[in-house]
Amino acid sequence: MKKLNFFLLAFTLLFLLSCRTDDVVVPEERETLTQPENTAIKGFYLLNEGNMGSNKSTLDFFDYTTGTYRRNIYAETNPTVVKELGDVGNDIMVYGGKLYAVINVSNKIEVMDAKTAKRIKTIQLQNCRYLNFKGNKIYASSYAGPVALDPNSPPGRVVEIDTTSLSIQREVVVGYQPEEMEIVGNQLFVANSGGYKFPNYDKTVSVIDLTTFTETKKIDVAINLHRLQKDNYGDLYVSSRGDYYNIPSSLFLLDAATGMVKKDFHVAVSGMTIVNDKLYYYGNEFNYNTHSYTKTFGIIDVKTEQVISTKIIDQEYVDAIKAPYGIAVNPITEDIYITDARNYVVTGYVYCFDKNGKFKWKTEGGNIPAHFAFLYK
Amino acid sequence: MVAKLLTSQLYKVVFAVFVLTAPLLFSQSKKDTIKEKTILPVNIYKKNFKEILPAQTLSGEQLERLNSQSVADALRYFSGVQIKDYGGVGGLKTVNIRSMGSQHVGVFYDGIQLGNAQNGVVDLGKFSLDDIEEISLYNGQKSEIFQPAKDFGSSGSIYMQAKTPVFKNGRKTNLVLRIKSSSIQLFNPSFRLEQKLTDKIAASFSSEYLQTDGIYKFRAAKKNNDGSTAYDTIAKRYDSDVTSKRFETSLNGNLNNGNWSIRGYGYLSDRGVPAAIISNGFIPRGSRMRDENYFVQGQFRKKIFRNFETQFKAKFAYDYTRFADTLNVGDTALRIDNTFIQREVYFSSSNLYSITPNWDVSASFDFQYNNLDANLIDFSYPTRYTSLVAFATTYQWNRFKVLGSVLGTFINEKVQKNYNAPDKTEWTPSIFASYQPFDSNDFTVRAFYKRIFRMPTFNDLYYTMIGNTLLKPEYTNQYDVGFTYQKLFDHQNFKGIYLKVDGYYNVVENKIVAMPTANLFRWTMTNLGNVEIIGADVNLQVEINVGNVRLKPLVSYTYQSARDLTDPGESNYGDQIPYVPWHAGTFTMMADYKDWSFNYSGMYVGERYDGQLNNIQYNYIQPWYTHDLSVQRKFHWLSHDFKASFEVNNIFNQNYEVVKNYPMPGRNFKLILSFML
Repeated sequence: MKKLNFFLLAFTLLFLLSCRTDDVVVPEERETLTQPENTAIKGFYLLNEGNMGSNKSTLDFFDYTTGTYRRNIYAETNPTVVKELGDVGNDIMVYGGKLYAVINVSNKIEVMDAKTAKRIKTIQLQNCRYLNFKGNKIYASSYAGPVALDPNSPPGRVVEIDTTSLSIQREVVVGYQPEEMEIVGNQLFVANSGGYKFPNYDKTVSVIDLTTFTETKKIDVAINLHRLQKDNYGDLYVSSRGDYYNIPSSLFLLDAATGMVKKDFHVAVSGMTIVNDKLYYYGNEFNYNTHSYTKTFGIIDVKTEQVISTKIIDQEYVDAIKAPYGIAVNPITEDIYITDARNYVVTGYVYCFDKNGKFKWKTEGGNIPAHFAFLYK
Repeated sequence: MVAKLLTSQLYKVVFAVFVLTAPLLFSQSKKDTIKEKTILPVNIYKKNFKEILPAQTLSGEQLERLNSQSVADALRYFSGVQIKDYGGVGGLKTVNIRSMGSQHVGVFYDGIQLGNAQNGVVDLGKFSLDDIEEISLYNGQKSEIFQPAKDFGSSGSIYMQAKTPVFKNGRKTNLVLRIKSSSIQLFNPSFRLEQKLTDKIAASFSSEYLQTDGIYKFRAAKKNNDGSTAYDTIAKRYDSDVTSKRFETSLNGNLNNGNWSIRGYGYLSDRGVPAAIISNGFIPRGSRMRDENYFVQGQFRKKIFRNFETQFKAKFAYDYTRFADTLNVGDTALRIDNTFIQREVYFSSSNLYSITPNWDVSASFDFQYNNLDANLIDFSYPTRYTSLVAFATTYQWNRFKVLGSVLGTFINEKVQKNYNAPDKTEWTPSIFASYQPFDSNDFTVRAFYKRIFRMPTFNDLYYTMIGNTLLKPEYTNQYDVGFTYQKLFDHQNFKGIYLKVDGYYNVVENKIVAMPTANLFRWTMTNLGNVEIIGADVNLQVEINVGNVRLKPLVSYTYQSARDLTDPGESNYGDQIPYVPWHAGTFTMMADYKDWSFNYSGMYVGERYDGQLNNIQYNYIQPWYTHDLSVQRKFHWLSHDFKASFEVNNIFNQNYEVVKNYPMPGRNFKLILSFML
């Protein structure tokens, strides 16, 4: 019996190693990175995608007025939301006093108060991807649509959401797996990727008339389209991901009025942003034939439609950034923000450079930091 | 495609005919008596006398009593293993030995390895315990030299020994009927029929049907820092349903100085694939998997001369898997409907020669053919030819025993499309030694070193738009030292003790990991990653009699530090790898009193981190501990034996996750009734 007691004791000791506690809402972390800066911009939100299935999309906020980076603010701001922000954050936008975040695998758009990030409403939308706005309407692209001729992969759709009722009012079927959208005049342009239809990628930009909310035409551009940005001169910049084998990624210039493809820049573009007539881009192109990645950075002057630089930041940081995954430029100071997703399973980084590409600061984001939205005061 | 369909149907028909008629045919040829034989009660500490490296073993009644539905559940009681369990009866369950990765585990059913060239992992949740006599776990390899070359080829191995017919008291027929039911809806009847055909030949046939809707409740809850409730909700787990059928038949025969056996196995299942429970994602997702696994295998073993023994093994396996989305198909942009068919042909010859009574040598040669068909676009249709040779020797010098082996692996692959991976030749060694420092054989010390690799799987190499044919094999190097102390006592109360302790250091090189390319839809495989593992396994078992009560407490404890040493520049450098707890342990107490038996099991898995690699609070997973109880009672009624068993699992209704976002069942009950002819 003595032995038995010994075992019970050993057993008890073992259990004392560490015990369960209540799961608590993971609190936000604050880090002061730089001097306060007083401009019309209060700060920016950064949406971390979080790996698929991990439910780890998180929201960060950088406050210019204090120089403080606030990591993972959604959970503590909205403690009653079951399972927090969700799985794979794909786009974020501030518009009309509200903050909209597209959570792709959670099939929802979270609508929050732009100043506090407090949840206002959740809009259900299957496999939603990107956002844009005009007047009192929000537009969202979605991979999922009604069953069409090819039942294996239905074409996607674009939905129209009213900013007051925050409900979907109209929808239109577009091309396969639609991505980014732009609105020029009364027309909405959406880049169709067909990414699920490999090797038969979609290669069109759909044009939607906003009055009738119908697709009026499809413009042939290139396979596997992704990014779409407009300039102030009636042109659209649309990126193609290529096929990862023999057709490289590239950037095309489209005349919005005529639908003509005006130019192929022959540069690999994974992400871009147009600020003050300059298009900043980065590319992180993967090729299955060589199993290697190629990084590119550059600036295009949208007035002259020429690549004016193939360098944004110092080479030291080009090498340090393992997997560039997101880009933003502050429209006032022209500070450049680039995220690094590293190997996609560790915590990523956010880098800040000044307008000349000189390093300012670097901090940890969440898992796969990716999408930015500026908040004005 | 038509031809493929025809052949697959042909396999099924041939197999079904074999399975269905075997017992009928054989039961007609009844002959006379066979020598009485009873099952030897197998205990953990009886295994040690011959092997240099003792296995961890669970067998017979012990297995029946351990509140386990499947082999995966039973393996939780071993030290040095981590089970990944996606929850419920239907969720995938894989085992990882000493943190080296589940693809390094060789799983052997009735003496021949279960292959899965496609992804290298065997779902142990699919193997019922009803037909299994014994489960053993070996680190390194089974320290025996008379075995196929494949048995030398894993970092750790699990052997599932199927039941062999045993006829007591001059009987010729044994029949067991069993039915299980559970509070998580379960209907699981099974039977096993054993028939003595001749003095030397016995046949068995068994079958099992399992049906469960798999629905159970789970709780998602978090608290605020001040202790108030942030959210607390109870929801139902869907997509965990299973319907499965198993058919198994065997013929076992004895020869002069030898034996042979043939086994046919068929398993068909249709199951839900549980999805991650994510924000706004609690409803059924409708992802399903259908499986058909068939194999026929045979073995023959004979001592030909006084000092020469030989053994042949052969197997043919056919595996069909289909993954499909069934719900909201219109709303699902990437509708999955993938079919995979694998075929395996295996042949092995092993030979043992005793040079002196203390010195044995062996040579084994194996050949294996694997192919994989899939309905993926631009698929490569790979075929792999593997030849293995193993040379091994054991030598005993007084109280010192040593075993050395070297394995040669030669791999050639062919593809119908795209590019094949280059040929590979690998030579890998291992050495095992044990020593008894004292005259009595109570205390043994041992050590081993082994270097081995796993091949990249067909998925790693050829999965459309993911695979990378440039991959190198993933190596493991294991160093282990340990001791065993075992003693039986004549004491009135204290009957025996068994203690086994091992410390080890493992290094995994060229770990194969998946990496997204430029976005989360397109992944690729790379050789990236080194892991260094320092660990300790402890097993302790005691036997005590208190009056009429026989008590058998059993403790297992595992310590592991498994650090990612891939890239010093990365923020997770030196962090514990995902899902490996620093501390884990089990405690079971078996008690017997007359016709009653009672079992308690407690399981503890300590804190660990999830799949996002950094050891930060956001990736932290709570420890979990469950308590299970079972009571069994034997009855003798109308000259037949009956057994009733009642189990309560997770008594305190702990709400836990083994894998992040895959909640496990809370408290549940199970009733098992058995009838023995």
